[in-house]
Amino acid sequence: MRDPVSSRAKAVPPSGIRRFFEMVIGMPDVISLGVGEPDFVTPWHIREACIYSLEQGYTMYTSNFGLLELREEISRFYGKRHGLQYDPEGEILVTTGVSEAYDLAIRAVVNPGDEVIVHEPSYVSYKPCVTFAGGVPVAVATSADDGFKLTPEALEKAITDRTKALVLNYPNNPTGATMSEKELEEIADVVVEHDLIVISDEVYWMLTYEGVHRPFSSLNGMKERTILLDGFSKAYAMTGFRIGFSLASPEITEAMMKLHQYTMLCAPITGQMSAIEALRHGKKEVDAMVREYKRRRNVIVKRLNDLGLPCATPGGAFYAFPDITSTSLTSEEFSTGLLKEEKVAVVPGTAFGESGEGFVRCSYATAMEDLKTALDRIERFISS
Amino acid sequence: MDEILEILEKDARTTPEEIARMTGRSPAEVKAAIRELEKKGVILKYTAIINKDLADSAVQALIEVKVTPQRGIGYDAVAERIIKFPEVLTAYLLSGTYDILVIVEGRNLQEVATFVSEKLATLDQVTGTVTHFMLKKYKEQGVIFHRKKRNKRLLVSP
Repeated sequence: MRDPVSSRAKAVPPSGIRRFFEMVIGMPDVISLGVGEPDFVTPWHIREACIYSLEQGYTMYTSNFGLLELREEISRFYGKRHGLQYDPEGEILVTTGVSEAYDLAIRAVVNPGDEVIVHEPSYVSYKPCVTFAGGVPVAVATSADDGFKLTPEALEKAITDRTKALVLNYPNNPTGATMSEKELEEIADVVVEHDLIVISDEVYWMLTYEGVHRPFSSLNGMKERTILLDGFSKAYAMTGFRIGFSLASPEITEAMMKLHQYTMLCAPITGQMSAIEALRHGKKEVDAMVREYKRRRNVIVKRLNDLGLPCATPGGAFYAFPDITSTSLTSEEFSTGLLKEEKVAVVPGTAFGESGEGFVRCSYATAMEDLKTALDRIERFISS
Repeated sequence: MDEILEILEKDARTTPEEIARMTGRSPAEVKAAIRELEKKGVILKYTAIINKDLADSAVQALIEVKVTPQRGIGYDAVAERIIKFPEVLTAYLLSGTYDILVIVEGRNLQEVATFVSEKLATLDQVTGTVTHFMLKKYKEQGVIFHRKKRNKRLLVSP
């Protein structure tokens, strides 16, 4: 039989997270700091609205763009929170999670051979999706010394004649890094100079603990060049509902919609109905979750530093990204050893790119009690 | 609400040192703030919410009490008498068809019934009582009883 698998599918290695997941599965009594989703269950008022929508018989397709009612809520929300105006008819596309929105964005802008710059360490899907689209992902390493922020110098260096787009992800998974308005403006200057498109994944923005988050498209001149991606998974603890959205110019939105139409058709209506409720009445519970995450962040960061695992205070998301080089172990050895000896799951930094070597990702979307126990076990592990 | 209160309401055993770490304040600051909250009577007591169905056999009843208010002092005088009984866990003055809601606890049905008929109903200002025995607690002070521990997440995910 001839090779059933395409060379394109083969070209991309499996996610490092996935490999680790297979190691963890079946192990009893593991405390996991390896999870990229909230430990909170979706607030009840949202689940209740979801159930009601099913009772009312909302089980059909929606417009390819998503329910107009939801797009109007998103538009209002962005107007209110960020002073940004996006037309619900033509500039907003509701997708099956930010993951799909990202894939659509890449396929909508990348021509074969186009280079797309991705800062690393970063989320595992960014580079593979570029490859799947026939583009060439170009990794730019960020460092702990720069607080894992993308610097204009590093960006400049990576740009070639073939560079079409830049992928930004702040607050960042896996480092928790955030960028200030001023730092983003410096990036914006480079973007204009080289005529780039920016795909800004801001799904963690509501989980910002210091300062105010500025959407990249709110910077001067950036709205028409930015595809802003946001979703409900992280802030509203709605990962399983699979609802994200993109905010972009009518031209790009139309292109993304076309791809979406022929592949996904529409995001699930049950998730969309729930998302409407989240936007209308979700603030109080989101605020409470953010306060709790911040407290956990303070606890984990302090403790990791006390243990001799230097860790900057993350400005957003729910990840701590400590430097583990003092243990003389690689990220992989640290994570595997910690799992086998102390039954604590963390993700090796290398799962997020080569520049993640020497670090591990610890999610603090974990109940405070478990977090404390996990930290005790980490202490035992590194002192043994 | 004060963040210290939010933390203590969730877990009253959280130490000032832990609260300090969570909130980025110093332990001394947190201790002082807690002392102040206690002094002002914002924090009244640190207690445990006990599922008595599992701990022992206690019986609770909600009692609607109708009262004739007294000139000049309203309901307070009779309420003061009612709340001094150790059997009374909770007492609220309410608007509506009756006046005071009293929650009473006893070791058994008989004990509660005796308390109502001998102590409560016999008070001069009390004109009537309706007793509702509690059959099952679903939730108390924000805590859901009989909740199964949930951990449905995958152990590692993006």
